[in-house]
Amino acid sequence: MQTGLQRPSAWYATPALLFFGLFALVPMVLVVYLSFTDWRGFGFPGLSGTENWTRLVQDGEALDSLGLTLLFMVLSWLVQTPIAIMIGVWAAGKQRNRAVLSTLFFLPLLLSTAAIALLWRSVLDTNFGVTQALPVLDRFNFLGDTSIVVYTVVFVVSWQYIPFHTLLYQAATRGIPASLYEAATIDGAGRFKQFFQITLPLLRYTIVTSSVLMLVGSFTTFDTILILTGGGPGTATRVAPLYMYITGFSAYELGYASAIAVLLLLLGGVLSLVVTRATGFRNMQSEQEGV
Amino acid sequence: MTQTAIHPETIKAGSTSSRPPRRRGSAGGRREKPNHLAGVLATVWLLIVAVPLYYLVAASFRTRQDYLSTNPLNPPADPTAENYGTVFEGGFPTYLVNTAVVTVATVAIVVGLCVPAAYAIARNTGRLVQRGFSIMLIGLAIPAQATIIPVYLLITQMRLYDTLLAIILPTAAYAMPVALLVMTNSLRDIPKELYEAQTLDGAGPFAVLRSLVLPLAKPAITTISVFTALNAWNGFLFPLVLTQSKDTRVLTLGLWDFQGQFGTNVPGLLAAVTLSVVPIFLLYLFGRRYLLGGLTAGFGK
Repeated sequence: MQTGLQRPSAWYATPALLFFGLFALVPMVLVVYLSFTDWRGFGFPGLSGTENWTRLVQDGEALDSLGLTLLFMVLSWLVQTPIAIMIGVWAAGKQRNRAVLSTLFFLPLLLSTAAIALLWRSVLDTNFGVTQALPVLDRFNFLGDTSIVVYTVVFVVSWQYIPFHTLLYQAATRGIPASLYEAATIDGAGRFKQFFQITLPLLRYTIVTSSVLMLVGSFTTFDTILILTGGGPGTATRVAPLYMYITGFSAYELGYASAIAVLLLLLGGVLSLVVTRATGFRNMQSEQEGV
Repeated sequence: MTQTAIHPETIKAGSTSSRPPRRRGSAGGRREKPNHLAGVLATVWLLIVAVPLYYLVAASFRTRQDYLSTNPLNPPADPTAENYGTVFEGGFPTYLVNTAVVTVATVAIVVGLCVPAAYAIARNTGRLVQRGFSIMLIGLAIPAQATIIPVYLLITQMRLYDTLLAIILPTAAYAMPVALLVMTNSLRDIPKELYEAQTLDGAGPFAVLRSLVLPLAKPAITTISVFTALNAWNGFLFPLVLTQSKDTRVLTLGLWDFQGQFGTNVPGLLAAVTLSVVPIFLLYLFGRRYLLGGLTAGFGK
């Protein structure tokens, strides 16, 4: 460390960069290498050719898992966004009952993914679960019926993440100047008009932030589904990250799983790029400062 | 971006005026016409959130007999703390200690490496440092799931498999991009003049770090600590893949394991789930602003 210099030298940043490089950047390169091996989990793998990739191209199950991931992303977004906006805007109000209720609304934030998935497993249990004690709901086998289990997973993941997005919307709504609403009220604009013409347009940057996080998050969701359904029944909820995990760490085909991982990495990169470009996510950050 | 610690409560405190609640449009603008639709929707959502949580706590105090025979929404007929005893005998204390060690160590690494790095990034305009920063921001877009296999290879090659360090190192690495971003933005907000004044007084970079940066960056350090701690506390993927034995098991994995171990003893499982939430719940009660700030680190504008 050269203490004589006026400004901190690059050495101050080096340990962080090396550490991050070793555990995050090196693996990014390594996973590509591994996708060309037939590693089964022992020793250091040697190259074995392109068979993983030819297999991946013909793998119908991989394609299905990607399709399911896409469906899961779209459904999660469609469910979470309107609810999070509504609750966020509602919770931004000053009434005391809203303050108390929003404290309750945020409670799911305190539970880990494992805790949430285990909780919902027992809530939805067909013998002793809560749903069995309720009318209508007791007719469904939420985790065992292949035609509804996807929606169950979307619901549980939404239950987990809506509070987080609500938090973003609540903070953003509170940042909207009261004078706008006062002016609108004088102009005779009703509650709904105010919501659609003032609140919603001014939340657009938050909608973008929240959507980016939601899409990227649901693209990689894996632990909730692993605990909740294990990908089942059958392959009904086996999304792409879970397919990769099962291939790698249950079947121990780590080489092939790496090929799937590379695909996920590429798709994830493209997704982030497209969403951030299309929405001006980066510019938004600075524009938001002014609001 | 920098005021990630800004969250509902601060804003609320700052904007409380003598006027009746009028700040929000759809909120209490006109008292004579309450928003029934919003009220109904909020109640529905309240039920969706509260019923499972009520069930969780209620069931954790049930006897097994009670659990199997009564309506799950009734209060426990014969409340018992027995399930909590079972959980404590079932390895829970080990899991708790392991999780605490992982959390503290991860936070120490992230704060220890990111504060000096952010200081360099904020003050050193050299290409090397700035390039390095851009590279680390790529990390914001790397899903940990996609690199878990090579991380597993690295950890086994380093002979760290099935140790707590195996969880700590990658967890810290993946928390770094957000932590560094938050930290850097906060240090960039310190006026140049303050740095310059210190330097004119003959202080070297390390002295400036200690006497200027650390005190002024306290809120940001709190934010990244909470953010990192939550990640470590709730982490599932790294422990799942990188550890195996009971001695290195953390809470999240322990819960999953309880499910197999307890079989039909659902009250026992739910007692374990309830216990795992207690530390974060205490943080929510006594340091809500820090918790919410950490949760939305980097995004909570």
